[in-house]
Amino acid sequence: MSAAGRSTALPTGAHDGVVAEGLGKRYGELWALREVDLDVPPGSVLGLLGHNGAGKTTAIRILTTLALPSAGRASVAGLDVVAEAARVRERIGLAGQYATVDGLLSARVNLEMVGRLYHLPRAIARARARELLERLGLLEKADILVRTFSGGMRRRLDLAASLMGEPPVLFLDEPTTGLDPQGRNDLWTLLRELVDGGTTLVLTTQYLEEADRLADNIVVLDRGRIVAAGPPEELKARVGGERIEVTLASEEGLTSAAEALSAFADGQSVTAPEELRVTMPARAGTRLVEVVRALDAAGVDALDVHRREATLDDVFLAVTGSHGSPETPATEALAR
Amino acid sequence: MSESSTAAPGLATRLRWELSDSLMLARRNVAHVRQVPERLLDATVQPIMFVLLFAYVFGGAIHVGGGGYREYLLGGILVQTLTFGIIGPAISIATDLTEGIVDRFRSLPMSRSAFLYGHLISDLASATLALVIMTASGLIVGWRIHSDLPHALAGFALLVLFAFAMLWVGMLLGLLARTPDAVNGVAFILIFPLTFIANTFVPAGSLPEGLRQVAEYNPVSALAAAVRALFGNPTALPSAAAWPLQHPVLSALGWCLLILVLVVPLTIRRYRVRTAG
Repeated sequence: MSAAGRSTALPTGAHDGVVAEGLGKRYGELWALREVDLDVPPGSVLGLLGHNGAGKTTAIRILTTLALPSAGRASVAGLDVVAEAARVRERIGLAGQYATVDGLLSARVNLEMVGRLYHLPRAIARARARELLERLGLLEKADILVRTFSGGMRRRLDLAASLMGEPPVLFLDEPTTGLDPQGRNDLWTLLRELVDGGTTLVLTTQYLEEADRLADNIVVLDRGRIVAAGPPEELKARVGGERIEVTLASEEGLTSAAEALSAFADGQSVTAPEELRVTMPARAGTRLVEVVRALDAAGVDALDVHRREATLDDVFLAVTGSHGSPETPATEALAR
Repeated sequence: MSESSTAAPGLATRLRWELSDSLMLARRNVAHVRQVPERLLDATVQPIMFVLLFAYVFGGAIHVGGGGYREYLLGGILVQTLTFGIIGPAISIATDLTEGIVDRFRSLPMSRSAFLYGHLISDLASATLALVIMTASGLIVGWRIHSDLPHALAGFALLVLFAFAMLWVGMLLGLLARTPDAVNGVAFILIFPLTFIANTFVPAGSLPEGLRQVAEYNPVSALAAAVRALFGNPTALPSAAAWPLQHPVLSALGWCLLILVLVVPLTIRRYRVRTAG
């Protein structure tokens, strides 16, 4: 069953974390992932940031041995993900984008089953299942069929399942999708604890804020390729922090609004004529009230002025000059 | 390159895990039946219904030489029910594949084949249950085994082998189906002609020309005739029957092995393709 005959091909500099070199995955004519290099030192967090169809899930599937790469090499916990796939699986935990738990079993039985399939002794599987149910706030519902669970509860159970083997390397594919703000905060806290305990974590997200909060390094993917990589501070320095957005009543004010805003800008402002909107990266310490006064003084008829956090779209705008490519349905469908 | 903490496990350990993983997944399927007992209907209630239907409703109108109709009937119903055993694994595998749980299993250090073996073990258990229920209901309506113990045991062994072959067919069907719903349609189109254009309920000789030939070469007919012969029940074979029915035990055995030789590699390959990224 094991690929004992296959020779290992570790990427250069392989270590106990995650390393990828020239990783690519092709579905027919389409490259879902291309020339991806990753280096996640042990005990650190990598945030894979990108829209749907950017290749995040494909990358996770290759690193967790669920898919074979069409090009390149990767190692997880110092082991080749292709030639030593069976041993890689002993050292990883995966919580996929679609909660992969068994709806016809209770939460507890699900976890105990996963523990047994990690080849843990029965007593240890039982104790760890209980501990994780408690930690993830599922103890009260432990003996209820999972098919009655809400989306958020399923996600939490899925995460618990991925932790049953106490894996040194953990992969989470959009872990906070479907969680309420409280659940998201709890999850972030839990993940920080795990990382503080030495776990290496690779997570995907569509939210810059989430990557910023958790990751030591961020890799931005677009159409399967890396378009930006670096620590969050570096990325944010390129992208700028908060945005101020002004929506106008009519087209005439667009130019004068952009001019008025430039006094507060930390970078280039962006005009979207169809939406009658001007967006500007705001210099730190900018007060909204002053912006409103300046707009008023310039005679701009503004319907709305507000401040928001930078988003993935802003990252794309800053690093590629376009909005990236949200939803390439073909890649998404093929990746499934 | 870093040293990994443990060496690869030896052969004995891997075999032990193969077995314990398969049993673990079989237990999971049994737990499912506890939640969805309907899944067991085709192994429990359905055969009883068929025994009653043919013994008391149609039975009076069907005449079989060499003994009562019920003596003839049971061999057919046993084989028919086991053929319906295709549906169980097909639906449960198709369901697992649509729910992403297979991704969870594949990311675990468990044996990859345990998923298929788990289904095989639990479905073989439910086929055995069906066999017991049918034998009991047969005895209640007056069917008897007239041969000796070795022949009777050979008859049951042949039935279990056939059940085993049908489960593999079911697993292949489940791996080929796009959705669990698709399984039912395809399975019925496959199973109905297979079990009715045969000597299951009426002797093949009573069928019109054309259908008779189909029935005579149908593996279900060979199985039913073999079981009847081994249990010492009337086979109602005309002297001019086709070769497979002249040598029912041999051809039944041949059919089972042929099905397994064809379907097992196809199933394993399809499983690899279906679960490969």
